[in-house]
Amino acid sequence: MSASPPPSSPVSPDGAEPVGAAFILRKAVLSALVALGLFSLMVGVRTEAGQSGQLEYWTRFGELASLVGAVFVGSIAVELLRLWLGPRGGLGSFVPSSVQNGLSAAGRYVAPALLIFTFLVPVIFYNQRYILDLGILVLTYVMLGWGLNVVVGLAGLLDLGYVAFYAVGAYSYGLLSTTFGLSFWICLPLAGILAAFWGVLLGFPVLRLRGDYLAIVTLAFGEIIRLVLINWQDVTGGPNGISGIPRPTLFGIPLAPGEGGLAAMLGIPFSPTHRIVFLFYLILALALLTNWVTIRLRRLPIGRAWEALREDEVACRALGINITTTKLTAFATGAMFGGFAGAFFATRQGFISPESFTFQESALVLAIVVLGGMGSQLGVALAALAMIGGFELFRSLEVYRMLVFGLAMVLVMIWRPRGIVGHRAPTVFLEKSKSISSDLVKEGHG
Amino acid sequence: MSSAPILALENLTMRFGGIVAVNALSFTAQRQQITALIGPNGAGKTTVFNCITGFYKPTSGVIRLTHDDGAQFEMQKLKDFNISKQAKVARTFQNIRLFPGMTALENLMVAQHNALMRASGLTLIGLLGLPSWRAAEQSAIDNAVFWLKRVGLIDRADDAAGNLAYGDQRRLEIARAMCTGPALLCLDEPAAGLNARESAALSELLLSIRSDHATSILLIEHDMSVVMEISDRVVVMDYGVKIAEGTPREIRDDPKVIAAYLGTDEEEAAAVMEAEA
Repeated sequence: MSASPPPSSPVSPDGAEPVGAAFILRKAVLSALVALGLFSLMVGVRTEAGQSGQLEYWTRFGELASLVGAVFVGSIAVELLRLWLGPRGGLGSFVPSSVQNGLSAAGRYVAPALLIFTFLVPVIFYNQRYILDLGILVLTYVMLGWGLNVVVGLAGLLDLGYVAFYAVGAYSYGLLSTTFGLSFWICLPLAGILAAFWGVLLGFPVLRLRGDYLAIVTLAFGEIIRLVLINWQDVTGGPNGISGIPRPTLFGIPLAPGEGGLAAMLGIPFSPTHRIVFLFYLILALALLTNWVTIRLRRLPIGRAWEALREDEVACRALGINITTTKLTAFATGAMFGGFAGAFFATRQGFISPESFTFQESALVLAIVVLGGMGSQLGVALAALAMIGGFELFRSLEVYRMLVFGLAMVLVMIWRPRGIVGHRAPTVFLEKSKSISSDLVKEGHG
Repeated sequence: MSSAPILALENLTMRFGGIVAVNALSFTAQRQQITALIGPNGAGKTTVFNCITGFYKPTSGVIRLTHDDGAQFEMQKLKDFNISKQAKVARTFQNIRLFPGMTALENLMVAQHNALMRASGLTLIGLLGLPSWRAAEQSAIDNAVFWLKRVGLIDRADDAAGNLAYGDQRRLEIARAMCTGPALLCLDEPAAGLNARESAALSELLLSIRSDHATSILLIEHDMSVVMEISDRVVVMDYGVKIAEGTPREIRDDPKVIAAYLGTDEEEAAAVMEAEA
């Protein structure tokens, strides 16, 4: 190891060693060695089944060398970039505060601009079914993200089984409408209530759990719901799901061709786009309802109690806050929005099966919340747009799509470890609302 | 006004496995007085506090609280959050426990949770933004502003609590406890880490809380200048038992207290004990 550095020499982020050519080189060699170990089998040796089923393999040292070389050069580049950006506390403070302030100032205009644009999407892209469908998909995930944000972002309870409530909402509508012929507008609140009920049911056993333990139990809960849906054939139709779920109506007026349809009543020619536009505005209204309620709740005692719970549970108890009901209401509220989204999903698809409610969905929604910045409404919306929209955008890249996507996520987390919108806006202020740095805001303990 | 003491501990015992942290402790805290609980490190003071404020369930014994109107609570039977909600006991922590990511004002708003929860009709009235809710919210803000002014933090109202200086955080925690409208305020080493000037300001604040707000105070403190200056009664603990109780003057001259604090030879201590007996 080197001797103590002169005071002016730059110090590596952990402050332990001086950054010099030797340090960078050593790190690069180490990275290259790890890459060599990993890629030697993955890339260096290619195996295939031969004509008669025997093992055939050949080596690809050229590819292996170029990959290891890329890691080596990349490692040096990253270290130089760090050096160039100057010594800082950690990766988190890569972004100067002036840029952060500018972002938060821009944030004030981003939200209204985004909202107006969203309202105009069906007008601008009226004839582009693909874009409208994508818009509906993005808005569904925005709504799910905002719903999960209540549990994870505000109350700080890590929920890996959020898709369970999405499924409960979808199956509630699917079963109630196909069995009892109830309309979408009656089933929507019922789906929300049932999902909230399941949220409370999940909440009870996990009240005492924290952190990893809570995450695992919620994960299991999500899987249990899915397995029940698959195996309870008499009720849920098992793997075949439920088909023929009624399409939504405009308060009783069907959006269908022929007599009694909306088009006929308005005296305009029928077009299937009408229903897509209607669905678009329906999910937009539901998402905005979620947003409005969440923003209101944050300013009410219950919302402040959620955030206080995330900050310090012991202090909450000392202030007379009932932890049990506070946690349960957070679970129930988040689940209710998931249930609404599920009912919408069922009516849009017309067909649901357990396939749609895998752990991958939970992980995607959680990624949206984390990437957006826990607790931030705008951040979650932007993250949903980036994740779902970006996923579609890179469709042409086919197999590399996941790779690009993963890389983008890693970069965002390096650049802004607390999400796109990392700071927290106070719920009440006397003189001036000062946004609170993410360094101070706790992530919750569960 | 009830004549019973605000707080009475009767034979409070707390065992952790084989360790007896508090052994048959009995003392009373008088209404609108400042009672100090002192003793060397590890004497069991914080354990007593945690029993009173519901963080521990005592192994045995009774903790009785009597409000001004005569309402009585046996606190060992109450759920932890009801000790603040119903019995009106507020506390601060030895290592400050503010909500660091929330502003000073928000911290004081969280403290008024139960009153605001009622006013918001369990959230429904608040969600609709009815006038009765707005009035309740405004009065809660006014109350918070009053306490921010009282502890001299009104200029920092919109700053994150985690950004405040150490002494400011201590005062904010007291303000937060007072925002719950307590009958009894329990302070765990409020002067720890404060400089002389801040300690003096703290003494003044506590005296005013006692006299102006009809709040009784129970205090754990190592800073003897604060204890001697403001306490009406002092209870001294060592090894989980009470070794002395009296006015600050009596305590100052008590040989057992001096022995407990300064340490003595075994024989000397035994001699003191015998002399007492």
